[in-house]
Amino acid sequence: MTTITTPPTELEDVRATTATDKRRVQKKELWRNRGLLLPAVVFLILLTQIPFLTTIGFSLTKWNLLYPNDRAFAGFDNYTSALTSGDLWPSIRATVLITAFSVTLAVLFGLLFAVLLDRQFRGRALARTLMITPFLIMPAAASLIWKYSMFDTNIGMINWVLRSLHLPVVAWSTEHPMATVVIVLTWQFTPFMMLILLAGLQGQDKGILEAAQVDGAGAWRTFTWITLPHLRMYVEIGVLLGSVIILQVFDPIAILTKGTGGTKTLAYLLYERAFIGLDVGQAAAYGVVTVILTIIVATIALKSVFKVFMAGGSR
Amino acid sequence: MNSPSSTTTSNRSARGALTTLVTWVLVLIFFFPVFWMVLNGFKPESLASSVDPTFIFKPVTEGYQLAMDRGMAGYLQNSLTAAVIATIISVTLAIPAAYALSIRRVKNVENSLSFFISTRFMPLAAIVLPLFMIFKTIGLLDNIYMLAVVYGAMNLPVTVWMMRSFFLEVPFEIIEAARVDGAGMFREIVRIVLPLVLPGVAAAALISFIFAWNEYFLALLLTSSAARTTPPFLGSFVDGRGQFLAVLSAAATIAALPVIIAGWAAQKQLVRGLSMGAIK
Repeated sequence: MTTITTPPTELEDVRATTATDKRRVQKKELWRNRGLLLPAVVFLILLTQIPFLTTIGFSLTKWNLLYPNDRAFAGFDNYTSALTSGDLWPSIRATVLITAFSVTLAVLFGLLFAVLLDRQFRGRALARTLMITPFLIMPAAASLIWKYSMFDTNIGMINWVLRSLHLPVVAWSTEHPMATVVIVLTWQFTPFMMLILLAGLQGQDKGILEAAQVDGAGAWRTFTWITLPHLRMYVEIGVLLGSVIILQVFDPIAILTKGTGGTKTLAYLLYERAFIGLDVGQAAAYGVVTVILTIIVATIALKSVFKVFMAGGSR
Repeated sequence: MNSPSSTTTSNRSARGALTTLVTWVLVLIFFFPVFWMVLNGFKPESLASSVDPTFIFKPVTEGYQLAMDRGMAGYLQNSLTAAVIATIISVTLAIPAAYALSIRRVKNVENSLSFFISTRFMPLAAIVLPLFMIFKTIGLLDNIYMLAVVYGAMNLPVTVWMMRSFFLEVPFEIIEAARVDGAGMFREIVRIVLPLVLPGVAAAALISFIFAWNEYFLALLLTSSAARTTPPFLGSFVDGRGQFLAVLSAAATIAALPVIIAGWAAQKQLVRGLSMGAIK
């Protein structure tokens, strides 16, 4: 094993010749390989694709659980009423703003911590372990802890600090609902971005950095001219994955603001319409809008990122 | 000649020490809410809910007892069942799929991979209503096994992508050698490939467990009492009255602990799981 080192190109050749030699077996093997993939694909189609198509069906139906007998095809009524009722646009706005603010802040803080924790120093492993914890904490628990032990006007630590500095106390979830949600999401997603960017920093070519130093480039110039362009791909992956997750955000809304003050995201609006308003058709329309919004955001982010995924994925 | 260079070195080490200090201060501020949660869980309620914070006190387990009195053990049991079954489902289905997408290539690997990735990006909001209606019709609403099956589907794409990235690292010579020796496909997977990618399988399983354990939206909508998991139980504290910070902190600590331990254990593989194998 260790004596023979085959270059990767030769490996591909081995595979290619074995494939052509076994042309007769090939077809059979192809089906067997598909068979390996099939259970996973069928399972996903049953549990995600079919329900999604059903959601589209629901969204074209007039269907309120309070009047179960009054169920009929409604065309695009649910969509037009969503547009005219004045719920949809504020909700799209809330979803996009919360996602944009949280992802941007998480990337900035994540970059700061990644750079700080990429250095060698005493207890670096412990510092990293502590830093990833906010991402691991159950989101419902994180929102609750922030709501009561951080933001609360009486017992919250932020307000204790403000009081100690003789500053006015802030009722975060009612005075600044958007900031409240964004702070908690930023706190939870900073470690996520940090991990991705840290991997990027560690993947840097040390030779280039040394060469830059020899050429007399200062730390700041090396960072902005060499490190940041190198990190671009990692930032893109982080932004894409973070955006897609936060676009669906529900937990902090349900726990911190209950959708008040311009924080009613699409997921929370759907929950309200379906499980409090019992309007299945209308709620399904919001579900479909969520998908459209995700597709728009993902396409923008995915265009460049997908190439990276594929480049990293094919050998 | 000697003195300027020594001053720059001492300057540099002073700056290094300062950066380290700043790093630690920022890390500790960032970690503080977690630390505060754990601390509050061990305080008597009167101290936890006091306006001026207490840092030094005699720890009590009153909060933990109160959390258990609220029936937390049952919710934890449900969470465990859902997360474990979801992990078994996604790992079992992902192993052959990842194998077909890496070692034994199917045609149009890219198409299959984009299918998985687009499924991962499908918002849960887009599928929850039909699932609710179907489960309600067949009488399986508020059933922990059905929730586990849905979580299995939710985690499958990530598991496939992540495992594939590990499978791709298996040296092809080893598989060739096994095939020359006449090992069948099943033997090849179980005897040759799996032992080599076991750390990857373990990491994928941990990631799957974490996502299922922490999930709130589907749990809230698809369960009500018998199958209720920990996140919606925690969420119910929002409607609470009176002082409850100690019991809340204790409950949150118990709820978060398994995943924190799992995440710390899988720290090295975490980034690969979160980036679906794109970053190693």
